[in-house]
Amino acid sequence: MSTTRPLRLTWVYPDLLSTYGDRGNVLVLERRARLRGLQVEIVEVNSDQPVPRDGDIYLMGGGEDLPQTLATRRLLADGGLHEAAGRGAVVFAVCAGYQMLGAEFGGADDAAVQGLGLLDIRSGRGRQRAVGELVADVDPRLNVAQLTGFENHQGVTRLGPNARPLARTTLGIGNGDGTEGAYQGRVLGTYLHGPALVRNPGLADLLLYWATGPLPPLPSQSEELAMQLRAERLAAVAR
Amino acid sequence: MRARVATTVGGAAATVSRLAGKGDGSVIGGVISLRLAPDLLSMLAAGRQVVLVTGTNGKTTTTKLITAALAPLGGEIASNIYGANMEAGLTSALTRAPDARVAVLETDEKYIPAMVRATRPKVVVLLNLSRDQMDRAAEIWLLARRWREALGNAPDCRVVANADDPLVAWAAGSARQVTWVAAGQRWREDSWCCPNCGAHLQRARYDGGAIGRAPGGTGGRPTGGPQRDGDDWSCKECGGRRPPVSWMLYEDEVIDPTGRATRLDLALPGRANRSNAVIALAVAEAFGVHAGQALRELRQVTSVAGRYTQVSRRGCDVRLLLAKNPAGWLEALDVIAPPPAPVLLAVNAQGPDGRDTSWLWDVDFRRLRGRNVLVGGERRLDLAVRLEADEVAFRLVNDIDEAIEAARAVAPNLEVLANYTAFQQYRVALGRVQ
Repeated sequence: MSTTRPLRLTWVYPDLLSTYGDRGNVLVLERRARLRGLQVEIVEVNSDQPVPRDGDIYLMGGGEDLPQTLATRRLLADGGLHEAAGRGAVVFAVCAGYQMLGAEFGGADDAAVQGLGLLDIRSGRGRQRAVGELVADVDPRLNVAQLTGFENHQGVTRLGPNARPLARTTLGIGNGDGTEGAYQGRVLGTYLHGPALVRNPGLADLLLYWATGPLPPLPSQSEELAMQLRAERLAAVAR
Repeated sequence: MRARVATTVGGAAATVSRLAGKGDGSVIGGVISLRLAPDLLSMLAAGRQVVLVTGTNGKTTTTKLITAALAPLGGEIASNIYGANMEAGLTSALTRAPDARVAVLETDEKYIPAMVRATRPKVVVLLNLSRDQMDRAAEIWLLARRWREALGNAPDCRVVANADDPLVAWAAGSARQVTWVAAGQRWREDSWCCPNCGAHLQRARYDGGAIGRAPGGTGGRPTGGPQRDGDDWSCKECGGRRPPVSWMLYEDEVIDPTGRATRLDLALPGRANRSNAVIALAVAEAFGVHAGQALRELRQVTSVAGRYTQVSRRGCDVRLLLAKNPAGWLEALDVIAPPPAPVLLAVNAQGPDGRDTSWLWDVDFRRLRGRNVLVGGERRLDLAVRLEADEVAFRLVNDIDEAIEAARAVAPNLEVLANYTAFQQYRVALGRVQ
């Protein structure tokens, strides 16, 4: 990335896909980029606006059934996200946004809805809602510490051959088969909902690395609180 | 007879619960009574004029305000003033006031369809609808749909609804009789899109000067009257729009259906409570209580279940504010006293709070920059990381005493903003303030 152009964080459809603290992911990425001296520009794209093609990291949040279906339909018609992903932009999605990235997901009354096709996954509706803390060991290739966060969904997701599981669950439900989340190239999704990056700064750094290349380390005091929070939450569920 | 046996046994249980120090007894008494007679609530509600009050925020306060506003009717009013707002709590409230002809009942959002069927209310109040404790509460578009279905099947019921909240307006739109109130909407993160078709809503300035004005006339007031930015929502796709209102909150004034503006002058602080008060006036009107009379009663309300109460500890005036979700925190941050008063923010994540603290990221804390901020509660690290991201400096404290010590060094008062169980813990530590 050239130094003259700021890192563009593009938040896709916060008017439809922002259920519970999804802004946290934008704020964590912004903070960790700025602490490394990167300039950041945040672009919020509402569902009545075209998705800009020139973003570096695209973020998608959670949503109820109807907003999820509407958002998917609009993104398919708009084409901007596909164009950006096609030229290697990073896409990070949580919960409903994660399901949307796949080939299909279960909409209202569990009717299959065509997804964005950016990730080789298929999702449907499970019998029980998965609500609670989730802990999972991340794919060693990604060099990211254990995932910790909260999940709140009724989805079951199966991965196709082109996607890899993001992690293997040690607590919680995730995809429903012992895996959690998925990634394929620079497109990554997780069932951790809302501000998933807050307790997983390593995952935030992975996205920044994909978008900008090798990152200088952060001054340790700037990470102290986040690390304390991580340790506290992991200890609380280990009890 | 069955109702009497059930309520007597239930009442005994409530007394035992109170004596045992387990609570105020309103839930256990109701639970036992309902076991003995499942249709008890319908029997107890029969022949009374019932008001059900629901919404994400302001239920308890508005229930108290409506109860106050209806005082000019004379006679006892049944109410679940302790906030027990599910079936057992409503049953218990009616059991305790067998002779009350009027009942004002706070009702949990999820229970509205069942409670509308059981109590056949005269009035249903819909305050607002926004994200709240997502780990245990229903999703809000789904809730709105259930309200809409329930109210569509209750032709005798009058709905008093906030027209400024698109989800609420859509839910109330199925009712036969609606009193629309422009009660305002501070939190908009859940209503950017049309609840009917999902399109992004248009928002324009709203001209409140239309109230009480016949087409072409001015209702005795000059034109170019009260206007509010962005409240006049409409949908380009399906044509849905904000209904015309008959009551309006405009800054510190209520505009009544004749178009007359009156200063509210409440003792309770904040925009949210002025909004609740205007709703209460609209309900009073449905009971034939004149707005002037009702308003005099509303001004007497100073505290609701320990909320907004000021207590003095070691020379420090401590005020407790309760807020449970992003919309509530947004309103509460508007209410806190200006600097140099320190602000103690406290968050827990026990069952009643919701175990998921994600919502903290929906609250904009930047306005606390440069203030003296203290952070407490069982999940103070979640809050600390949140404040750090908003570049708000703070100090962690272990309990209310430590916060008071820190406050005394810089100011004569301390403002406390806490979510549910954190608030209750502080309230107990301060001696169960009323």
